[in-house]
Amino acid sequence: MGVLLCEQPFEPAVEITRFEATLATGSVGATASFVGTMRNHNEGDSVTAMTLEHYPGMTEKQLEEVISDAKSQWDIIDALIVHRVGEILPGQPIVLTAVCSAHRAAAFDACRFLMEALKSRATFWKKETLANGDTRWVEKNTPG
Amino acid sequence: MTIKVKFFASLREQQPDGLKEVDASGLSTINDVWEKATGTTLVPAAVLCSVNLEHRELHESVKDGDEVAFFPPVTGG
Repeated sequence: MGVLLCEQPFEPAVEITRFEATLATGSVGATASFVGTMRNHNEGDSVTAMTLEHYPGMTEKQLEEVISDAKSQWDIIDALIVHRVGEILPGQPIVLTAVCSAHRAAAFDACRFLMEALKSRATFWKKETLANGDTRWVEKNTPG
Repeated sequence: MTIKVKFFASLREQQPDGLKEVDASGLSTINDVWEKATGTTLVPAAVLCSVNLEHRELHESVKDGDEVAFFPPVTGG
């Protein structure tokens, strides 16, 4: 199980390779992953930057619980969640979820679950900086 | 005999330091902690809370030494 909060940009492919390397050689038949990337627009406005705030201690605990929940629902080998915190720019990855399993169905389903669960449960908050310099808190997540 | 109170995101910006310690005596619920820490009785409808890193409801109880946090709906991912 892996949970990583990054204050600096991360490379999803590197994190997936590193994660897979921790698992027993030959055990993985499927790896499903999702990468969420910062857009340069939201609700009709241009967005130039974003700050991701979190609740140290609680956020990590919640992400670990999300992975535990996935493991209890699907036959997966292990899962990884990487999430940015701090200052982030358009085009940079915000979040990576990855699931390794013996077969693809469990990997696909658990990967989707990780994303939806963390978006609804994990204590992160986004504050956008608009092109005109104004800032605003994002009040709700998009439905999907 | 204190309770540590944290605020996050937009709520943090409304509090001078985002972190307070309040006297736990006379406080029985999370709602009581909000009133003591903010000086206001009405908790905004969208505000969520936790005790010792676990999501809780405003009517639930608190005790000396707890860490209580208030925050808006989460928007990660």
